[in-house]
Amino acid sequence: MYHFWSIPRISRRAWKVWHRNLVVFFRTWKVNFFPPLIEAFLYLFAIGMGIGTYVKEIDGIPYVNFIAPAILAISVMNTAFFECTYGSYVRMYYQKSFDAMIATPLSIEDVIAGEILWGATRSVLYVIIMLPVLAAFGVISFPTSLLAIPLAFLGGLMFAGIAMCFTAITPSIDTLNYPSFLLITPMALFSGTFFPITLLPVLFQYIALALLPLTHLVAIMRMLTLPAITGVLILHLVWIIMVTAIFCIVAINLMRKRLII
Amino acid sequence: MPNHWFTGGEPISDIIEAQDLKKIFGDVIAVDGINFAVKEGEVFGFLGPNGAGKTSTMKIIACVSPRTSGAVRVFGRDPDLYPAEIKQRLGVVPQETNLDPDFTCYGNLFTYARYFDIPPDIAHQKAEELLEFVQLQEKRDVTVEKLSGGMKRRLILARALVNNPDLLILDEPTIGLDPQARHLIWERLKMLQAQGNTIVLTTHYLDEAARLCDRLVIMDNGKILVEGSPADLVKQYVGKEIVEAEKTEEVLSCLVGKNIPFEVIGDTVQIATGSSREIVRTLFDHCSPHKVLTRPATLEDVFLKLTGRKLKE
Repeated sequence: MYHFWSIPRISRRAWKVWHRNLVVFFRTWKVNFFPPLIEAFLYLFAIGMGIGTYVKEIDGIPYVNFIAPAILAISVMNTAFFECTYGSYVRMYYQKSFDAMIATPLSIEDVIAGEILWGATRSVLYVIIMLPVLAAFGVISFPTSLLAIPLAFLGGLMFAGIAMCFTAITPSIDTLNYPSFLLITPMALFSGTFFPITLLPVLFQYIALALLPLTHLVAIMRMLTLPAITGVLILHLVWIIMVTAIFCIVAINLMRKRLII
Repeated sequence: MPNHWFTGGEPISDIIEAQDLKKIFGDVIAVDGINFAVKEGEVFGFLGPNGAGKTSTMKIIACVSPRTSGAVRVFGRDPDLYPAEIKQRLGVVPQETNLDPDFTCYGNLFTYARYFDIPPDIAHQKAEELLEFVQLQEKRDVTVEKLSGGMKRRLILARALVNNPDLLILDEPTIGLDPQARHLIWERLKMLQAQGNTIVLTTHYLDEAARLCDRLVIMDNGKILVEGSPADLVKQYVGKEIVEAEKTEEVLSCLVGKNIPFEVIGDTVQIATGSSREIVRTLFDHCSPHKVLTRPATLEDVFLKLTGRKLKE
């Protein structure tokens, strides 16, 4: 018998699923490459240049430079989360792709692991597309900002794992709206993204640090792009790694419970 | 669970062996302790009304649904313990069309071949070869959403063959197809059979089963009712021929009077017999029937006799 915490047996075949999604992504690259580009511009103009005209700077940092890492972190979150909720749900439920895959030597664990790896990879690709835009505006520093790429993979894994848990328990595609609006949208606003969490009431600061994964991702991202790296980075990193491991393991077990009957 | 049935005596030569196989979903017993064996090179059919347990059995064999109890061996191995090794040698045509809509016909075959670890150059060659086999070369670069139902089923059959499977599992291979498309699939399955492939199929088209299967079982309510070759089953359970007459009071009382067993189906009376001439003569001589029809007995008669005529939902 399985339980939620049992370590799933994943084989290297998971990369076949990842590769399938990669091929589809690059075949429709024109559609896929635009959103992150546009997103970077929109945020920079609307919030950076718009609000930034009034705010000027936060803690001695120009406002646009303050939100630049948040733009990256939010993109990492949204990309992996929406890929592994709506994207995976469509492949699982409407396209029956998972059924087709598990008729081959792939196991359901391989399939879900491949989907999560792909969600994280998509986050990486979006960050790679956004970095030159932010660099062109001179709001991030190099070379430390290049570390945003591997960080995007880790952050992507975390949000893909969280997303896959929701996908595993959602009764229909409509109910996936709940985590989107109740979790993802508030997180994008209150995780030290567009203003420092120190502006929040103390209790909410603790909640943000304890429960909102994006808080930790934004914090590391900001250390890398400013750059202002301190030892606290390790704490954020450990938090992310632990949460990632937990959600990815639970996601695979929940999916197995849903699909193998 | 140790099992003398598998370990004792001769080496295993059957492709599939199942003993006391059970599958329970909640309080529904889908498969209720069935026994069967499929030999190498034969076409073996599972027949039965909806909900008989055919698909559940297929899923257990295909290593995608664990059994509740009993024993199964596919290629002599337990599906619970060696799913990847077994699936590497299986070709599966599922009941539901689950082609990948993000790819073309060629792309579907190529991508699927990659799941079996087939090297790209061989996968390419195999995909081209199979498109020809199912007559879809002209649709090579068309996305699957643009295919007709029959073309989709053919592509699924092709997809099931990318790994040169030792065992082909077909769940309702011709469901919802027009006669032309069905005949093409049958023809292809005959070719595969001639090449020595072992095929297991479920169907509720009885003409399909009679045409394709060397041996078959008829299932109902999770149990196997009978097993045998289509011809033997017809002979054993129905007889050679069926005489049908219009149901009238005269015919009914006459048959009762003559002590001839019959069955009433709707507005016709059916008499299963070894010699239709005699029955027909009796009818005309004594019962003044309106309409009389003689036809050979079919698997459908066996099926209806065994599984009943009540509508299965």
